[in-house]
Amino acid sequence: MWFYEKKLQYPVKVTECNPRLAKYLIEQYGGADGELSAALRYLNQRYTIPDKVIGLLTDIGTEEFAHLEMIATMIYKLTKDATPEQMKEAGLGAHYANHDHALYYQNAAGSPWTATYIAAKGDPIADLYEDIAAEEKARATYQWIINMSDDPCLNDSLKFLREREVIHSQRFREAVEILKFEKDRKQFF
Amino acid sequence: MYTPVKCYHPYYGPYDPCPPCKTKCYQTPPNLYLGFQPMNLQQYPLQEALYKGTLWPCLYDPYPTPVPEGGKR
Repeated sequence: MWFYEKKLQYPVKVTECNPRLAKYLIEQYGGADGELSAALRYLNQRYTIPDKVIGLLTDIGTEEFAHLEMIATMIYKLTKDATPEQMKEAGLGAHYANHDHALYYQNAAGSPWTATYIAAKGDPIADLYEDIAAEEKARATYQWIINMSDDPCLNDSLKFLREREVIHSQRFREAVEILKFEKDRKQFF
Repeated sequence: MYTPVKCYHPYYGPYDPCPPCKTKCYQTPPNLYLGFQPMNLQQYPLQEALYKGTLWPCLYDPYPTPVPEGGKR
């Protein structure tokens, strides 16, 4: 069960009218290493992972939904007032033809989100290594978007999101350590 | 010594068509090196932690990486 807090995890402020940036941000919305993939991947893996790391997957999976909401806000703000002409100039003509100003779970190239983006092998080490890789890939994606964006306010939120990827990766690495060493457990042979 | 960025010089051939990118860099954030986080590490004040995205100075990795005094990118 979840409780919803009616505010964003970190404020999202957009200063420049730049629909083209929205096209790139969609990668983090419905892309393979985006926030939707992350949330669903972790929350789904919880059931078949040792008890000690279930809570971690719940917490991080939940936070990914908070990130998803931030990305959605950015995309919405960047495109909501764009004319069809501006959408076309920003490379969002195909998006406009299909969705008007609605958001859609797709990547920056327009491929719709697919469950094949997430893995659930059932092997705790394999799944956690997958999660670590996903966090590093999301961190890199944020770097590439920051490199292309010159909106200081938007970059501020993106830098926050990037730092969270670093922390999540760290916690998944610690989860692997816990499972590797079975900390505090007496072993009898 | 910990550095958040590593750089290398990719090979540039005499017949390559575009102007060379002489140095390529990649990020190596602190989580790669910390291992299991030790107890009782230094913390940021709460307001600052909320702004930075982490409670822990040892895990804070600003991006783009600030250029050190007198250094070049």
